[in-house]
Amino acid sequence: MLPESRSKTMASQAMKIAALVSVGQHPLSRRERRADQDARAVELALSLSPELPSLIHVGSARNESLRAYLGMGLNNLKVLNADQDVDAVPALASYLGEQALDIVLTGVRAECGEGSGLLPYAVADQLGWPIVPRIVSVVSIAGGYAEVWQALPRGQRRALRVPLPFVASVDPAAEPARQSAFGPAQRGSIDSRPCAAEPDQARANWQQHPAKPRPKRLAVAKGGTAAERMKAATAKPQGQGGQVITEGTDREKAEAILARLVAEGVVR
Amino acid sequence: MSLRIRRNPRLERIRRNRLHPEYESLMAARVSAIGPTGLRRINPHQTGFVMVQGRKRLNRLNPDGVGFAGAGQPGRVQAKEKPLHRVADPLGYVAAVLDLPGGRLSSHDRDVLGLAQQLAQAKDEPHAVLAIALGDVRETDLGGAGADRVIQLNQLHNEPLTGYCPELKRAILNATEQHYQPAFWLFPDSIDGGADLGSRWAVQLGERAAVQAWQVSKETTVCRGGSQLTDWHRPTPRVLLLAPECGAPVEELRHEALPLELTLPEPVSVTIEDLGPVSVDPSQIALSEAEFILAAGNGVRNWDQFHQVATVLGATEGASRVAVDDGYMPRHRQVGASGTWVSAWVYLAVGISGAIQHLQGIGQCETVIAINLDAGCDMVRRADLTVIADSEAVFAELLNLMNERQTGIAPQGVTVHEGEARHVA
Repeated sequence: MLPESRSKTMASQAMKIAALVSVGQHPLSRRERRADQDARAVELALSLSPELPSLIHVGSARNESLRAYLGMGLNNLKVLNADQDVDAVPALASYLGEQALDIVLTGVRAECGEGSGLLPYAVADQLGWPIVPRIVSVVSIAGGYAEVWQALPRGQRRALRVPLPFVASVDPAAEPARQSAFGPAQRGSIDSRPCAAEPDQARANWQQHPAKPRPKRLAVAKGGTAAERMKAATAKPQGQGGQVITEGTDREKAEAILARLVAEGVVR
Repeated sequence: MSLRIRRNPRLERIRRNRLHPEYESLMAARVSAIGPTGLRRINPHQTGFVMVQGRKRLNRLNPDGVGFAGAGQPGRVQAKEKPLHRVADPLGYVAAVLDLPGGRLSSHDRDVLGLAQQLAQAKDEPHAVLAIALGDVRETDLGGAGADRVIQLNQLHNEPLTGYCPELKRAILNATEQHYQPAFWLFPDSIDGGADLGSRWAVQLGERAAVQAWQVSKETTVCRGGSQLTDWHRPTPRVLLLAPECGAPVEELRHEALPLELTLPEPVSVTIEDLGPVSVDPSQIALSEAEFILAAGNGVRNWDQFHQVATVLGATEGASRVAVDDGYMPRHRQVGASGTWVSAWVYLAVGISGAIQHLQGIGQCETVIAINLDAGCDMVRRADLTVIADSEAVFAELLNLMNERQTGIAPQGVTVHEGEARHVA
């Protein structure tokens, strides 16, 4: 264990935490890498307990990009051996049900493949645990309950209280993951075990294509006379400008600004 | 009574003579379009309208048959009521569960309702769009957005549906499913709650939901895959989590928005408890998601005062490229094409002249307020409110004003602004 992760631990009691990790994909080069959101989940898991979290992956144990997670200061990665096209949910749920876990963390959406973000919900449903989506931090754990902060739009946060054990997905707004070190990544061990995963029947007849650029929506002026539509189409979008205050004392100008800020609701 | 048309030679003479003193008053009294011989007459001096540039234009639409001025003046839009679309006896429903952030329909909600209408009309039997609005609803025009039927609830067994309560909402969806069995369940795939509730609902129904669906027809759906890199073509499932701009919002028609009866479900035990919003330090918020940004440029000299104002106003700090290059602000606070593209509600630009790269970066901002010494700069043209003054002096007064707001004391002999006075009172 790294000394930083020991010093950053929050709870004194040992929590059993698991992080579900996947193989990511660089958005431009398409190279395989550690998935950003999953790495944040591992980072959050490392900060929660003095005990090292367990890492779980469903897929091929021979994938070298998984070692990037071990380079974050972990000794061990558990791989449930399965093919590309299997349904990971039943295998994960049965494996997690056997372990006595308190918290299961994962990213919001996978970086390659379907990336639907339904996996944490399906796993939580099979385990019968509550699911909290898009958390950024775990504030406290006491008395069988955890208080977590959830990410909202525009940088806002919401506090939630949830009973242990639970499943949570970690928002991209959470603490960024630490750098992966090459040495520990090579020294860590990847344990693979077979699992009874079945091919994903629902996805059998879907087709995968490279993403097509989506058409942009155009603002089309409707109604009115032809002259009005012509004017709406050819008019300059900006240029009319807003209110300009040149006269008056500095105090009046400051009052005008403050009144606008209050009217917009950003100053209370 | 003879049908002979009587002529008034005197009036005709005046009408022909535009310099006659009585001409104006006579023409103002609207001559009939039928001339004395029974022919249709058009007065060329009264046809058309004058454009903004001062040029005269003919109105070729001629709604009354004669193009008299006044009939088709530009800018005078009659608010015509849109035709009402009725679904009298629907044999099925398409359910759209709305986000309603702040109680109002977002543009994402409108897209979802528009797509719901498309799916309902693609069905062979008459289907109605059932809008499910849970929580505080301030929107009054759900029918205008495309809702044929509405289920609107703001509490369930005295538990309010505001805040985070996915389990209560799921119970209501369950009751709706039992009573009405909608053909499709549509959710906006948004951070405002639609994605969460839709995922829960798909898992409960045992459906493989289409997530980030952006092209939906009755039979097939195209979904965006992970990292926006792939498209998945698949048969359309019952539960769809729709990407923004998935369908065209309803504009041409009005819909009825009739309230629909729903037997309330049994009380459910809630496991996740909402402890309310957390106050966030604005300086910790990433620039791209901040809602109020105070940005500084080359015109700012007193940087301590700038940071103080940002703290007092509760704004996230931003900067133009010049301020960052000169080392006054860190690189991750740079706004613009080579920095961060921001989407704030309010952007207060101080001493920023508005290079085109900077204006691109603030293109998404709702309200822009500028403080600048140069009244001719590009930022003034972009801003909704501009103050031409020295930023240091205005900042000093802003600090005074905020101090008075917090302490509640206004100094003697100073006229307090109306909005201010209301707040202090």
